[in-house]
Amino acid sequence: MTAPVPYRVVDRRVETADTVTLELVGEDGPAFAPGQFAMLTAYGIGEVPISLSGGGRGGRLIHTLRNVGAVTAALHGAAPGQMIGVRGPFGTTWDVDAARGHDVVIVAGGIGLAPLRPVVEAVLARRDEFGRVSVLVGARTPGDLLYPADLRRWRQRADVRTIVDRPADGWTGEVGLVTTLIPRAEADPDNTVAYLCGPEVMMRFVAEALIRRGLAGHDIHVSLERDMRCGAGWCGHCQLGPLLLCRDGPVFRYDRVEPLLRVREL
Amino acid sequence: MPEESVLLDVEALPRLVGELRERGYTVIGPTVRDGAIMLAELESAADLPYGWGVETEAGRYRLRRRADNAAFAHSAGPQSVKDILHPPRARLWSADRATGSVTAGPDEPPRYAILGARPCDLAALGVLDRVFTGGAHTEPIYTARRDGAFIVAVECTEPGATCFCTSMGGGPDARDGYDLAMTELAGEHDDRFLIRAGSPAGAEVLAALPTRPAGTEVIGEARAAVARAAGAMTRSMPDEPLPDLLAAARESPHWTDVAARCLTCGNCTMVCPTCFCTTTEDVTDLTGEHAERWRRWDSCFDLDFSYLHGGSVRTSGESRYRQWISHKLGTWHDQFGSSGCVGCGRCIAWCPAGIDITAEAAALSAWRASEEEPC
Repeated sequence: MTAPVPYRVVDRRVETADTVTLELVGEDGPAFAPGQFAMLTAYGIGEVPISLSGGGRGGRLIHTLRNVGAVTAALHGAAPGQMIGVRGPFGTTWDVDAARGHDVVIVAGGIGLAPLRPVVEAVLARRDEFGRVSVLVGARTPGDLLYPADLRRWRQRADVRTIVDRPADGWTGEVGLVTTLIPRAEADPDNTVAYLCGPEVMMRFVAEALIRRGLAGHDIHVSLERDMRCGAGWCGHCQLGPLLLCRDGPVFRYDRVEPLLRVREL
Repeated sequence: MPEESVLLDVEALPRLVGELRERGYTVIGPTVRDGAIMLAELESAADLPYGWGVETEAGRYRLRRRADNAAFAHSAGPQSVKDILHPPRARLWSADRATGSVTAGPDEPPRYAILGARPCDLAALGVLDRVFTGGAHTEPIYTARRDGAFIVAVECTEPGATCFCTSMGGGPDARDGYDLAMTELAGEHDDRFLIRAGSPAGAEVLAALPTRPAGTEVIGEARAAVARAAGAMTRSMPDEPLPDLLAAARESPHWTDVAARCLTCGNCTMVCPTCFCTTTEDVTDLTGEHAERWRRWDSCFDLDFSYLHGGSVRTSGESRYRQWISHKLGTWHDQFGSSGCVGCGRCIAWCPAGIDITAEAAALSAWRASEEEPC
């Protein structure tokens, strides 16, 4: 568990100016479930936690990652054929079954769509088992919207809405924060389960907007992020009060974490 | 004290060290180095700090000469058994590009015998066991060293001024988690140990030592010495559920008061026998053909500890001290089912600003009481 297993990069797709999606294949790799994360190693540089964006079975993993530091820069630049170290799976999973028979609201901010992509796919794969399905996606600019082809495909079976902070030439869609889409999502507040991922402050505002519409905190699922060095509960970095995010999370029901997220610098 | 306790003369300590070395153990014990009682490999029992005691106070630790020749009558030093079983630096793996091979961990784990583990250290090992072996993933380096270790505990008969183990249930008597436990009975002219086994491995070593029966009088004497130590402790934690206190105190103005004194140096986390946090460093050789990952101790007082892309979560000194004490006394219970504090007092003695965890807990308790007073 301490040494990463080499996986081969078999595909690298450029998503945005700073974001790529890597497809990795490892022999006899363990199964990863949506919501869980892998510790990805760029050999000689370091290791970072990255959520699963697809795959997860048969030793095939899909990870979308943004170039924000030394390790993610090296992973971002990984070419097909290159080896990347993988440890995992770690953490809790998105409880998609909790939404069966209910309306579903999925809200993503920026790269936060990456961990939610398997949730959307799982819901649409069993579309009949759910009520109305809304996918609300916010990004800084139109060029920062992930998975445009997926968004088009999802639109056929769900209410998909996108919004950007800063429009660019040719953008005819909405401008503003993703929270402004919440009141318009077609969902029965007494019968809705929500899945959120994005910057922490965005998730708090979205969760508050959903609660204002009448959702219960325990029906809102969020994925949290902290620095992680081990993934296994030994390094202490991912603490949020009583929680070790790598072990108890990263996916939580909002009512459990809301009091902790309210405390500054916790 | 169990009836099977027997007497071992101080002259037989070299035999004990010899028996352990013969069984393949590297014997680690207290010795005088750099003006402190340090833990180091003992070539023989002659390396023990005979006749040395210590004086501790908040922000203070000094060696002093004792009237007797006791070897273990010094309270906790700057190191603990953590230093041995959860080493400050460890290689996690190495990889070679040419062969595509990844080799986990160091080779054979060393086998250590710890001579003179203090009861607070035994309690700390119990805490570390829960952290590293109690969850879904078993940490391999600690576990291998722990499984191979032989523990000779020495009960505490003379606590330091910074000690408060009675209030955390950590001592001063050795209850479990040892192979052998000794109580030192040092007079002005003689030095004897009451010794008992706590495991089959301990009983086997004990059988090889020149012991003699201990009368009820001696056993009573040893029991009284440990009881006196318990009674001599002047510091204590507030007598209330500490997890509740720390959770209630998250927004207390007292953090500003502590932060005005705290240097965020991290000394408390280094000397703490249970602070386990680590970070990793990846290195390569110049060709890039050989890569390694090393793990080293980290501290929640370090700014980088909570660094996420864009900045650190805990930037203020207030938030970093709050994290440390809240984890130690409060959220540790949520995470691992016990307190993270054993009452050894090391963090008090080795804080350059003399910050006292018992005094800070008391201040938070007083603040909470004042908050709850009816207006």
